[in-house]
Amino acid sequence: MDPREVNRTLIFVCIGHYVVVIGGVARMSDPKMIKEIKAAVTIPVMAKVRIGHFVEAQILEAIGIDYIDESEVLTPADELHHINKHNFKVPYVCGAKNLGEALRRISEGAAFIRTKGEAGTGNVVEAVRHIRTVNSEIRRAASMGDEELFAYAKELQAPYHLLKESARLGRLPVVNFAAGGVATPADAALMMVWHGHFILAKVLWEVRVLWKGQLGCDGVFVGSGIFKSGDPAKRARAIGTFRRFISPILIPISINYSHVTYMSPPSSVPTVQAVTHYNDAKVLANVSEDLGEAMVGINISDLSEDQKLAKRGW
Amino acid sequence: MLALQGAFIEHVHILKRLPEVAEAILVRTQEQLESVDALIIPGGESTAMALIAERCGLFEPLRKFTRSKPTWGTCAGMILLANEASKTKKGGQQLLGGLDIAVNRNQFGSQVDSFETDLHMSAVLGESAPPFHAVFIRAPIVTALNSEDVQVLAKLEHQVGQTDTETIVAVRQGHLMATAFHPELTPDDRLHSYFVRLAQDYKGKSQDVVTMAN
Repeated sequence: MDPREVNRTLIFVCIGHYVVVIGGVARMSDPKMIKEIKAAVTIPVMAKVRIGHFVEAQILEAIGIDYIDESEVLTPADELHHINKHNFKVPYVCGAKNLGEALRRISEGAAFIRTKGEAGTGNVVEAVRHIRTVNSEIRRAASMGDEELFAYAKELQAPYHLLKESARLGRLPVVNFAAGGVATPADAALMMVWHGHFILAKVLWEVRVLWKGQLGCDGVFVGSGIFKSGDPAKRARAIGTFRRFISPILIPISINYSHVTYMSPPSSVPTVQAVTHYNDAKVLANVSEDLGEAMVGINISDLSEDQKLAKRGW
Repeated sequence: MLALQGAFIEHVHILKRLPEVAEAILVRTQEQLESVDALIIPGGESTAMALIAERCGLFEPLRKFTRSKPTWGTCAGMILLANEASKTKKGGQQLLGGLDIAVNRNQFGSQVDSFETDLHMSAVLGESAPPFHAVFIRAPIVTALNSEDVQVLAKLEHQVGQTDTETIVAVRQGHLMATAFHPELTPDDRLHSYFVRLAQDYKGKSQDVVTMAN
């Protein structure tokens, strides 16, 4: 799969599991439902498979899905090996917390990468940590000579030629999206590139912080953080069959066991606008207004180690 | 360069290599739109672009721009410039219009049905020029030409899946140009040069004295 063929700020529907901390195994969604969604929308459709579960992937490819997310959010099917993505025609996205992981996934055939963040928490801190880790490791590699790169590749547990290519480009050789905990338009803009410095919008946190630097994502996934906001009345209106609400913009559709839940998106269009206008603080301020209560979210330190999804993936 | 969504940065990389382009401006606001001589609408997701444009108050200004100023739509951009589109979502989708053509979205299928092929495009490149290597990703096609002014620039030279050879994949109508494929994804800048020449011709005709830009 040629990485060129992935559009920046891709707008698509991503079908996944909202991982409820109850227990049980989270698996690929029912193909029948995926087919129905594919028939109902005109935008590309992406669906998740368990890490290492190449047969779930074969099934999804057979029903004509546009992209596959080999996702740590589902229960891994293989605790040592990821899918050999070169065996597939359909492009894959995989999550990564650091450069070594990103390059390992790319060498297995991933067409694009996303940060893992910590899915389901509405807390962007982990996504920020992951993109900053990848960026700083690439910057370090870019300053190295070949002998040092051989040693660094060993340290990162990454293929040398991909490390060298990343160092040469100053970025990953594929696009890198932000994911996992993006809960507001401001979060989305935070993860995008800002030339120079940017300002965390005052609107939600009552704090104005000047940061120098670029977080450098090529696009953003939004998920439960947008759609699990605190207003129960809005949520009640939203629960129902997806047919009642088809939006042309990104609506991640979360599957809660037997039925599909989705959110009438008070905040999803503003998030898309925030990604377009990531460097225009006035627009960001406007789109951040009146979104209702944001997802309450979870503090990462409140999660126990085995609840952390980002640890999955080798 | 309409930079609301999609593969705009790839177009900008090519534009920056062309000496006739004074500046390649990323257009996200009405002021930026009014500052350019010509516009490229990139590939991406046409319904998303239309929605974002509407939300930014850019949709009507875009429509006005495409009525008279040189515009090139690639893939999603071609859909937006068409007067009619089929296989749209329930309730239809908003189009900028201007090109007297009908298009069929996602003609070839989903992402896995993407393909690359060579097109001779003699009207654009010259009779004996090497073919243009065209990348088609969830591409639309032109199903009808609704005016004699529409010039066919390229047709498929091989059958692809269920789609016949001779299917129209690039057109021009005066100041408007549209391609179903993505010239910004290959290093071949001949089509971008062609569009720049088109824009220069039109600039010569108009009274505006603005930077030559996309």
